[in-house]
Order: sequence, then C-alpha cells, then structure tokens
Amino acid sequence: MSVPLKFHYDVHGEDFTSAGNASVQAKKALRQLGYDPNIIRRVSIAMYEGEINMVIHADGGSADIIVYPDYIEIVLADKGPGIPDVSKAMQEGFSTAPDNIRSLGFGAGMGLPNMKKHTDDMKIDTVIGEGTTITMRVNT
Amino acid sequence: MIEKINHSVLLDVDKCKGCTYCLKRCPTEAIRIRNGHAVIHAERCIDCGECIRVCPYHAKQAQYDRLEDFKDYKWKIALPAPALYGQFDNLDDLDYVVTGLLKCGFDDVFEVARAAEIVSEFTRQYLKREDIPKPVISSACPSVVRLISVRFPYLLDNVLPILPPVEIAARMAKEEAMKKHPELKEEDICALFISPCPAKVSYVRNPLGTEKSKIDGVLAIRDIYFKLVSAMNSIDVPDANSETGRIGVSWAGTGGESSALLNDKYLAADGIENVIKVLDEIEKENFAGLEFIELNSCNGGCVGGALNVENPYIARARLHIMRRYLPVATAHVTGDTDAMMWDKEVEYNPVLKLDSDRTEAMHKMQRIQTIAKCFPQIDCGSCGAPTCAALAEDIVRGEASEEDCVIEMRRQIHAIYDHLGKMVHDTYNPTEDKK
Repeated sequence: MSVPLKFHYDVHGEDFTSAGNASVQAKKALRQLGYDPNIIRRVSIAMYEGEINMVIHADGGSADIIVYPDYIEIVLADKGPGIPDVSKAMQEGFSTAPDNIRSLGFGAGMGLPNMKKHTDDMKIDTVIGEGTTITMRVNT
Repeated sequence: MIEKINHSVLLDVDKCKGCTYCLKRCPTEAIRIRNGHAVIHAERCIDCGECIRVCPYHAKQAQYDRLEDFKDYKWKIALPAPALYGQFDNLDDLDYVVTGLLKCGFDDVFEVARAAEIVSEFTRQYLKREDIPKPVISSACPSVVRLISVRFPYLLDNVLPILPPVEIAARMAKEEAMKKHPELKEEDICALFISPCPAKVSYVRNPLGTEKSKIDGVLAIRDIYFKLVSAMNSIDVPDANSETGRIGVSWAGTGGESSALLNDKYLAADGIENVIKVLDEIEKENFAGLEFIELNSCNGGCVGGALNVENPYIARARLHIMRRYLPVATAHVTGDTDAMMWDKEVEYNPVLKLDSDRTEAMHKMQRIQTIAKCFPQIDCGSCGAPTCAALAEDIVRGEASEEDCVIEMRRQIHAIYDHLGKMVHDTYNPTEDKK
C-alpha cells in the first residue's frame, strides 16, 4: 500500500448535540476493514473524547484517521483557544467544561487521560490563541 | 379464572386473597375490595403499576401483546425502548441489541431513543417561548399525564403538548419503511413497542393527545428477553447499527430527559407518591424559577417499569457506563414539528367529582363529612375502601354501607350485647331494681 488509506471528518462546533458522531462513522469504517473489535474500540474512544473536547472548547475542528499497515493514526486539529497548561489538563478530574452538560455525564475531567490510556502514543501541539493538534497512534 | 379489566392490569381472581396491599398503595384510590377480591375502578386507574408490583400473591398481572399475534403483517418493526439497553450484562455496543432484534423475527428496528432525541430538541426550542406557562411538565410518562388529567386539571396547560417518543417513533418508522420499501402499504406494517411499562399498553388503547395511536402492539421487555439474549449471544460481528446517542439512552432513567435540555433549571422526580407531592407543590406555585419538570411514575424512571427484567438501579448504572462513548445525539428535528404535536387536547377528567351539580356535590360532601366522623379514622382497609374517608365517600356514592366498617360493626354488636345483657339481667333479677 503506497498511499495510506485516510478518512476525514469535519467536527462541527455550532451544535453541541451533534458531538460524537464522527467517531461513530469512523467505527463503522474500521469495522468494514475487519479490524479486531478491541482496536476499533480504542480508536473510536480516543477519537470520541477528542471530538467532544473540540466541540466543547474549540468550536469544532477536524478529525482524520490514517490507516497504515501496522498502526492507525488519529489526528485531531482545531483552531480553538489552545491548552494553557498541558500537564494540568492531562490530570484525571481536571475539567473546564461548562455546568449545563455535566448532568449528561460530561465534564468528569477524563477526556485527555482517556485518550492517552487508549492509544500507544499521543502528542499534543498547542499554541495559545491559535489552536491544538493532537496526534495519536494505535498499533495494529 | 382471569377477569378482564379495562386497563393494562389483569386480575386473577383465584389468586387474589382480598388483602389490603394494593388497596393501600393505589395512588388514586382506584381499588376496592368487593366480595373478597380486588376491583379496579377503571376511570380512576392511571396504570402506574403499583398494584402489580406490590401484590404478594401475583394476582395482578400486566397485560401485553405477543410477537406471534402479529405474524400476518408483512413488515414488523421493533420499537425498542431506551430501558431495554440496560437489561444486559456486559453489553458495551448497542449494535448487538439492534442486530439481535432483527434475528428475533423483526424486519426492521426503529429505536425509540431516536424519537426521544427529537423530543428533547423540540423541548429545548419550546422552553425559549415567552407565551407558555412555566414550569413546563414532561408529557412522556402516560401515568403522569393521566394523573394530571384526573387530579391536577389546573396544570394541564403546563404539560408539554408533544406526543410521547414512542408514538413519534411509530409514525417515523412507518414513514421510513414505506419510503424504503414502496411496495409496502401502511396496513402491511406493524410497529411494535418493546416496552418496560404496562401503562403503554393502556396508552395504545386510550391514547393521550391524539385520536388513534400508530403503535400496533406493545410487547414486554421481559417476554422477549431470553429470546433476544440468545440471539445476541450468537452474533459474531453485528451487521446492523444502533442510531442512538447519549441523550436518547439517558431517557431510560429519571433525569435523562432533563439533562438533555442543557439547562440547569429543572426538577426530576420519580415514584408515583413523589410525583403527587411535586405536583401538589407546583399547583401551590412553590417552584419559582424552574423551567422544566420531569416526572416518572416508576422508581428510577422507565428502567423501573413493571415489564423489565433487571433491577432499575442496576440497569441505570449500566446505561451510565454504556452511554460514555455515544455521540451526544444522532437524531434532530427536520422540518415541520406539527405532526408530532398533540392533535387532541388532554382534557380534565373529573372522575373524582361527587356530582355534576355544584349544590348537590356540596350536600354530598357534607354527608361524607358527617358519616366519616362516625368511623374510627384508623384507615385499616378492612371495609374494602383504602381509608375511612374513602368509605364515607363510597357510602354517599351508593357503593358501600356503614356496616362495612368492622370497627363500627363491632361497636354496634357490643352495644347490642350490652343492651341484651341488661335486658336478660333485668328479666331474671326483677327484685334488684327495686332496692
């Protein structure tokens, strides 16, 4: 395979209730490719958490899944406010999510930690005022 | 012998011992014990299911349809309730439920959760309107709407005038099916609710907010459960997809409908006794600043319905875990919502009224008060009425007599004994008197 297979999803930020749909699409596509359910689960959870974060904090962005022969890469990019303190944001329980979505179960401060937990490698590039790009890798 | 009652509750007269469990628990005082067994006042019953849950002899059974009854239809659509997803151990992907239902003999699945998400989106918009009385009360639980229609008529204007999610689901499912399969006519299709709740059986027979329901049958979750579990266990990779979001799944438990409003000014209560207390408070206008009231007749919400398999709190805990990686919502309002609104007002049903004539009603009330004073006020239920006041009312309505009160009866017998005793004594001891 010379050119890796790529899936691109736009994550719309204007309507919170649409958040999380891209990872469902990605899950369907990976299932069609015949991946192990556990791999699919890890990719879709990592992507889901990132997608929710982009909608809550960055007014949306884009999500790309790139399928390489021995790993899957997930790239989430937004033009949001950036993360001021990455190590703090990585702490379990730290959250800046608004109150009105907490009764739906969001805002537990598990988003970034979950992304790290479910992937084999995770890199955060963030610039205050310009945006954040998170690149994750799940070995297949 | 099973006697048919005009509701979702069937009474097995042979099993009924005529005890007072259901009598005392019925929130609308719809039950009496007559000739040694329970009798349900059909007009007063709101189908809350309390009597089914509380009967120690299992004499009360929920009535529901069976899948076999619908084999003549060309196209059978399952409408699974959100509560269904909480019934399974170790389930982490709803696609298994949808695929499993297709294996159980349904031709198509339309998740009620999808319609619930649409109701949520509509409600978010509705709450922004200036011309509506607040707080807005959810119309999703049929027992609550029926309770309001018999006991809280002043609050009918506060009830959200949209059809319940399952009704919207039935309508959308049939339309979708006819679009996908133009060869199907509406009469070829049946929409069958996989229900946690006997009140929906009664809703389909006597709909609220519409003339005729598009739901063709109500199947019980617990009736289809084992077949579904074995179908789900045989699935290697599910080939059908669930289209439910976090909001839709959350509707299964109390607080779910409210959480979907993305608005903190709500109250969510469950259990019919609590529901009545909350409605009493709203009627007294004690809740300033609240925008939305979610009320569920069953403890825990729909996961507490009498047709479920699993304990409501276990089911809800599972749903909380399961919903974690679901999209927030998948279904949205598209186009006109007119077809989803009530097309027939829910009206005050004055079953508790003593008389249609006000003066006559006042006379009757006075008589009730006078008669009730003669009773011991211990509300023992032995007379067949739930309280002494209810017995007095039954007497005035001509449905009972004062001799039904065993305490009063005992007092009278004692009085007769005393009187007889005195007479006997006087007869045989005539001289004593003369002392």
